[in-house]
Amino acid sequence: MAIESPELPPLVSLSGVRFAYGEREVLRGIDLSVHRGQVVAIMGGSGCGKTTLLRLIGGQLKASGGTVEVAGHDLAGLGNADLYALRRRMGMLFQFGALFTDMSVFDNVAFPLREHTDLPAGMVRDLVLMKLQAVGLRGAATLMPSELSGGMARRVALARAVALDPMLILYDEPFAGLDPISLGIIGQLIRRLNDALGASSVMVTHDVHESLGIVDYVYFVSEGRIVARGTPDEIRASADPFVHQFVNAEADGPVPFHYPAPAIAEQLGGGA
Amino acid sequence: MSGLANFLRRIGAMAVDGVWRLGFATRFLGLVLLYSGQSLRRLPLTIREIYFSGALSLLIILVSGLFVGLVLGLQGYDILQRFGSSDALGTMVALSLLRELGPVVAALLFASRAGSAVTAEIGLMKTTEQLKAMDMMAVNPIARVVAPRFWGGVISMPLLAAMFSAMGIFGGWLIGVVFIGVDDGAFWSQMQAAVDVRYDVMNGVIKSFVFGVAVSLIAVFEGYDCTPTAEGVSRAITRTVVSSALAILALDFVLTSFMFRGQ
Ligand SMILES: Nc1ncnc2c1ncn2[C@@H]1O[C@H](COP(=O)(O)OP(=O)(O)OP(=O)(O)O)[C@@H](O)[C@H]1O
Ligand SMILES: [Mg+2]
Repeated sequence: MAIESPELPPLVSLSGVRFAYGEREVLRGIDLSVHRGQVVAIMGGSGCGKTTLLRLIGGQLKASGGTVEVAGHDLAGLGNADLYALRRRMGMLFQFGALFTDMSVFDNVAFPLREHTDLPAGMVRDLVLMKLQAVGLRGAATLMPSELSGGMARRVALARAVALDPMLILYDEPFAGLDPISLGIIGQLIRRLNDALGASSVMVTHDVHESLGIVDYVYFVSEGRIVARGTPDEIRASADPFVHQFVNAEADGPVPFHYPAPAIAEQLGGGA
Repeated sequence: MSGLANFLRRIGAMAVDGVWRLGFATRFLGLVLLYSGQSLRRLPLTIREIYFSGALSLLIILVSGLFVGLVLGLQGYDILQRFGSSDALGTMVALSLLRELGPVVAALLFASRAGSAVTAEIGLMKTTEQLKAMDMMAVNPIARVVAPRFWGGVISMPLLAAMFSAMGIFGGWLIGVVFIGVDDGAFWSQMQAAVDVRYDVMNGVIKSFVFGVAVSLIAVFEGYDCTPTAEGVSRAITRTVVSSALAILALDFVLTSFMFRGQ
């Protein structure tokens, strides 16, 4: 499945990337690369900085150290116009869908086409219906986002993200809050869309089992660093305590469940 | 003593915060103007906002204008007849509306009807990451979302103020001429003779244009700048209504002191 192409430079490459929200350092030196045609998963506990990492690749945040390169461009040196030109070739699925609530499903998917192309209305219609067909929601074209379930909204957002046939698709938690059937469908969809478009995908997720089935490579993030990496087979066979804890969903291990805090005994007991 | 120090510190912090926000708003206005070219070229976007801000505010503007006119008719007649000059009722009603009440009251109503709605809409789009999603699709949210709403407000405001004044004059006429019995010919001819197009009408239009810019800027800025939570949006809406009202009344004083000095 993995289409490693060593002759081509990676589509996305991060080296030594650091990022902080104010004082709080979230990423402390991330090295990661995504080759063309690959689906790469980034996993890690809640709040470890996965969304932040995706925002850095999309150029919505600027790294405070290290470099982020997408399609050969260093994002730090890119002006607004160049960044927008690059983003036209990217699609992003937001954690909560982020559909435009004042537009129907159809208009949501048509939005990027109408904004960035001069295609005639008939062609836009055909393209939109094809994208909706791919996510199984052609029949929902006239509904408003408020009439969709969470999983349906996610699929519409997916159709919108790939409307312009992007070279890079970024998924933020595509599986969160889905039933097992939709979960499997979305997983397959991500793989199929990636291969059909000849795109590359970066997927942020908690869902180990679903994603190991569809991705080419996995990175584990903890405390701002990459702590483990490998192909799904390597991950399954890994003896790394971190990977072991994550894959087997154990509460004890190197992944902290708690946000940094003083000892609980100091905070309870009426402050005496 | 420390209570007083704290109090002073709080006032100082509020002042500094206010100046910061004013600076941000000014810079934001610059950005909106910078991207206006793009969005005005796509006129349907702005026309849609003129409909949402302007056309949908029409009813409340017309009804309020009528009531204000009716009150002006009653009060004006009561005062003028003491000096035996109730024929001047038309002049009084028209001048108070064109110079002051039209622009000011229409702007106050506009801020609470349309300004709050714009803040809520932009704020919710921010809260649900719609603005970020748009930005990721290489569509500038200031050009696509903010600028059309800003211009929709700026264009609507003078038109609404004109409607308000027209309705108010009708209300004054209804009370004065139809119910009280002021002479119809005197009502209109005195009004025509006394109202100067440049001095009275134009100055009123300038006022409502300035109020339109102020209210629209406050509304889009508060929405765009809000804390992206339910509570943040609600605070932003409150701030829009309160700051707009203060801005309208303060600007009205400044403009009036330049425009009308009893030449
Ligand atoms: N706008 C912000 N301002 C300040 N801190 C933030 C902001 N956004 C995120 N953080 C902090 O950065 C850390 C990483 O956030 P991020 O959203 O990247 O986590 P995540 O890995 O996507 O988590 P989840 O799996 O729960 O979505 C969190 O601890 C959070 O407290
Ligand atoms: Mg996240």
